[in-house]
Amino acid sequence: MMSAFGRFTHAVVRAVPRSLATEALRTGSLGELDLPRAQQEHELYVSVLKQRLGLEVLELPADEALPDCVFVEDAAVVCGDTALITRPGAESRRNETVAMKDALTKLGLNIVEMTDESATLDGGDVLFTGREFFVGLSKRTNQRGAEILADAFKDYAVSMVPVQGYLHLKSFCSMAGPDLIAIGSSEAAQKALKIMQQMSDHKYDKLTVPDDLAANCIYMNLPGKGDVLLHCTPEEFPESVKVFEKLKDHMLIPVSNHEKVKVDGALTCCSVLVCKSSV
Amino acid sequence: MTTEVGSETDVKKEPEKVPEAQHQTDPVQTDQPDKPADSDAQPVASAAQPEESRSAEPESPQEESSSPDPSSPPATGGQKKEKGISRFLPPWLKRQKSQSQDQASESAEQPQSLSPKEEEEESEPKAQPDGAGAAPNTEKTEEEKEEKQESRPEEVQLEENEKEEEKSVGSADTQPVREEKEAESEVKERKEEKKEEEQVIQQETSVLSPLRLNKKMKMVVCHVTLLDGSQFSCEVEKRAKGQYLFFEVCEHLNLIEKDYFGLSFKDNAEQRCWLDPTKEIKRQIRNSQWQFAFSVKFYPPDPSQLTEDITRYLLCLQLRQDIASGRLPCSFVTHALLGSYSLQAELGDYDPEEHRLDYISDLQFAPNQTKELEEKVVELHKSHRGMTPAQADAQFLENAKKLSMYGVDLHHAKDSEGVDIMLGVCANGLLIYKDRLRINRFAWPKILKISYKRSNFYIKIRPGEAEQFESTVGFKLPNHRAAKRVWKVCVEHHTFFRLMSPENPTKSKFLTLGSKFRYSGRTQAQTRQASSLIDRPAPYFQRTSSKRISRSLDGAPMVNVSDYSHAVDSALTAGAGENGPALDLNSDSKSKLRVQGENIYVRHSNLMLESTEVKPEVNGQPEFIEVVEETVVIEEVIKAKPRSPAPETPVTVETEVKEDRSLSSDSESEEEEAEYHAQTPSASISVQQIEEEPEEEQELIQQAPPSVVELQPITEAEPADSAPSAEEEQATAQPEEEECTDKDDAPNGHAPAAEAPPPLRAVEEEPPVVNGSVSRVEAELLPQVICCSEPPVVKTEMVTISDTFAAQKTEISTKEVPIVHTETKTITYEAAQLDGNGDGEPGVLMTAQTITSESLCTTTTTHITKTLKGGLSETRIEKRIVITGDSDIDHDQALAQAIKEAKEQHPDMSVTRVVVHKETELAEDED
Repeated sequence: MMSAFGRFTHAVVRAVPRSLATEALRTGSLGELDLPRAQQEHELYVSVLKQRLGLEVLELPADEALPDCVFVEDAAVVCGDTALITRPGAESRRNETVAMKDALTKLGLNIVEMTDESATLDGGDVLFTGREFFVGLSKRTNQRGAEILADAFKDYAVSMVPVQGYLHLKSFCSMAGPDLIAIGSSEAAQKALKIMQQMSDHKYDKLTVPDDLAANCIYMNLPGKGDVLLHCTPEEFPESVKVFEKLKDHMLIPVSNHEKVKVDGALTCCSVLVCKSSV
Repeated sequence: MTTEVGSETDVKKEPEKVPEAQHQTDPVQTDQPDKPADSDAQPVASAAQPEESRSAEPESPQEESSSPDPSSPPATGGQKKEKGISRFLPPWLKRQKSQSQDQASESAEQPQSLSPKEEEEESEPKAQPDGAGAAPNTEKTEEEKEEKQESRPEEVQLEENEKEEEKSVGSADTQPVREEKEAESEVKERKEEKKEEEQVIQQETSVLSPLRLNKKMKMVVCHVTLLDGSQFSCEVEKRAKGQYLFFEVCEHLNLIEKDYFGLSFKDNAEQRCWLDPTKEIKRQIRNSQWQFAFSVKFYPPDPSQLTEDITRYLLCLQLRQDIASGRLPCSFVTHALLGSYSLQAELGDYDPEEHRLDYISDLQFAPNQTKELEEKVVELHKSHRGMTPAQADAQFLENAKKLSMYGVDLHHAKDSEGVDIMLGVCANGLLIYKDRLRINRFAWPKILKISYKRSNFYIKIRPGEAEQFESTVGFKLPNHRAAKRVWKVCVEHHTFFRLMSPENPTKSKFLTLGSKFRYSGRTQAQTRQASSLIDRPAPYFQRTSSKRISRSLDGAPMVNVSDYSHAVDSALTAGAGENGPALDLNSDSKSKLRVQGENIYVRHSNLMLESTEVKPEVNGQPEFIEVVEETVVIEEVIKAKPRSPAPETPVTVETEVKEDRSLSSDSESEEEEAEYHAQTPSASISVQQIEEEPEEEQELIQQAPPSVVELQPITEAEPADSAPSAEEEQATAQPEEEECTDKDDAPNGHAPAAEAPPPLRAVEEEPPVVNGSVSRVEAELLPQVICCSEPPVVKTEMVTISDTFAAQKTEISTKEVPIVHTETKTITYEAAQLDGNGDGEPGVLMTAQTITSESLCTTTTTHITKTLKGGLSETRIEKRIVITGDSDIDHDQALAQAIKEAKEQHPDMSVTRVVVHKETELAEDED
């Protein structure tokens, strides 16, 4: 029922719409997004998944009506053979789930839909550690959404973590390995980590990076490649990269996220990873 | 009194045994060994019999036990029971026991061949002190007897020996009182582990047997639903203790690693309750039927560490039930996977010819089983080809244990805001759920104290890094019973999973009105240690569910006795050594703590008082509750010269008769409230369990004191009054009155009511001293009493849980302070001789024990303390009797009766002090 953590075979991604530059939701002001560079950045990202890591990548076409559609992570939570199609907290993003649902259905996953109209959940608020879920309670995710998630993945404990000052829970943390949580250094991040530690019966190791945004990385455990970690580039966060480089056993792959971060995009945001096991 | 009888009991025992054996001729003969243990638990007479039977059993070959008893003579009839016991009892254990008992050694050997009676007799005197605790009603008398025995120089040694033995057993209570309880529990264990059992049995028998002789046992048929759904029936004495039945069942199942399991029953409210092994069955089930369920009580976090496949199999059965009933939620895939392992275990390899799709339609894998699921199960079943049943069970467990709700015992509750939540008690601590979401978690190391009051359940949380004070979180349970139930479950889980050995209730609490309940079985650490020594060939058992019926009737094959016993012995021995030091540490730490940690005490006591006096309105809809309490304290002090024929000496008998009249619906319940102080594992013994964090050490220190203090507080407002009186009695009476008055006045005043209780009573704190090396006398003299008089200084502990947002919801609102009107009367009778004797010089505490018995409306706590001063040994018996009931009770009569009984029980002692405390409380209460 629980396959090795980080084992993936497929990835679902979506192209960058032109509207991303102008109409995408954003919480901060990191400057104007350079669309061509963002598109190039995304292509690189996809190629890493496809060529470098050998995942089967399902590329959904961009939808100009959905400026944030490149951030597919928010539209679905996949764990094992089950995919929960979310109800994104931002109303403008609700329709992003349509294409995602189709794609995941094609992959043969058990689809669970969040039909309750009082529920909201962004995949970016869902941290799956391999043992349990932490769901950030943010502006985009509410308790009802978390409850539905808990119902969809009954095997796992689902704990709630208040998120303050950031868009999503995974804006400042992610899994960097089995039982290894990458976490930012800010007070908010550390506070969230404390809560997670208190709520869990398991003791996680933590990898603290100086920059909160750098704490969002993608861990995979792939046959033939072992531990793989996609993380920020030295150009973006030089100090944090040094921390990642201490992970000697990981295959470290810096992936630029320079443009997408301007619209609150992080590395994990741009793909939904799926493991189609023989089960 | 009893001591005399005890020696003689052996003879009597035999005759008793016979009748029992006959009764016991239940289908399952093997179970009998358990019965003896249970019998111990039973009132004196009954308890003695089982033990006797055991002793008798040893005489008859174990093998005989397997054969129907009827064939054997009456004495042998006991053998059935004995058989089981004898099997388990290794020669070693027996020897050890005997050593401890000096003469008893022979008895130890007996189990297999020797005549137990003689041995028992010899051992009895020694054993008695320990064993007395078992019988609730008789306890008092037994206790007294014990006390007397203890006073004898030899007895002391015996006690020590016993203690060691006990430790080895795993019960590990060093204190005599515990020993008694342990003894009972041990008895059960003894069946498996003869050493312990023998000792206990002997003790018990000596004490109990005389009484039993003439009594005719009323037998009741118990029906137990086993995990495979089959029914097991057996006859038990009407007054048998829970452990007796439990051992019968385990014997029937051929289960050795039984500490993870328990028996449950449904109370009148259809709520599932655990049968307390140390108490009479009848008193627990009340008017309910004698219908029980055998089930897993403590889910081992790592089932692969279980020693025997049969244990894992039973755990699998439990989990299948949990899953099918929905108690253990899991996903579709998991349902399918677990189901497929179940099929593999029960049916073996998938056989396309034999296994059509409908071959599983009779089996339930999920609450809502779909065709799709069944197909998936079959598909997966095919992939398990070649897997043995044991392997399939192991795989089942490996997957099941990862489920988030594995081993979580859920209880409905409301938080301070009235929001519905669930409390989940598990191996690691307490989990708080709202709907399906985990909103908070309190690991055991974070919890300082667990208590309940009325229908409220409280946990006191260790302060966080930046916080200075503990915080208390309260939950509202549907009713008082539910609150007590969750409290008990917490106490048990904490002890089982976190401590190396069970806490000794005696030491920690001095005078306590609340529940003295403690988990007295083996902890996980102890059971692991014991089971690691199991050396029997894997017992044969049938997995196939279709064969349930035959299986239950057939009974499991006999266990290789000799091997088993050896294993047990060694285990026990090892355990004993380890436990010993731990105990000492505890007492030391406590005493130190007490000295150093006054502030802490005060704080705790305040809390305690709060809970009692101020009814926390967690969710409260205020109601007016009138509570009338009456407390009578009788102190008996026996002073005897060591090793001399104990010239009678002044005896102070404290009998506290406390009457609690509450108009609230809760009145029915025996104990209104109770506290439990979580001990850090390190305190109890092993370093292993000590958690990484340095905090724990501090905790230990802090905890230790709290335990003492808090425990007393448990009695809390009402008890508090009585407690002080008792203490004072020893030293001087004067302070008491003051205290009482203060207390009365203090009741509420402080706004921060929730946490800031009325002023503490030093008195309460003092009791702990008794256990420590410091003599009580000194402690009593201390000015602590004065503290009581202080105005209700509220040390306000803010209930603040800032760590988790979730916690906020559970905070107790401290804003509103319930109004409590309390009237307290304290009457003290003192004999002239009194205290002059002992107060002055510090003595050496030789032994101290506390025995508690409860009945529906009265709680009797007896503390026996032996101190050595100069050349004199002084034994003090303090009794506190709490009478809870409606106003009908005639207090005067109750007091007279208590005094009369005290005199009768201890003709050679004198009553030096009687304190009657009566408290009427008018309070606003929520219910």
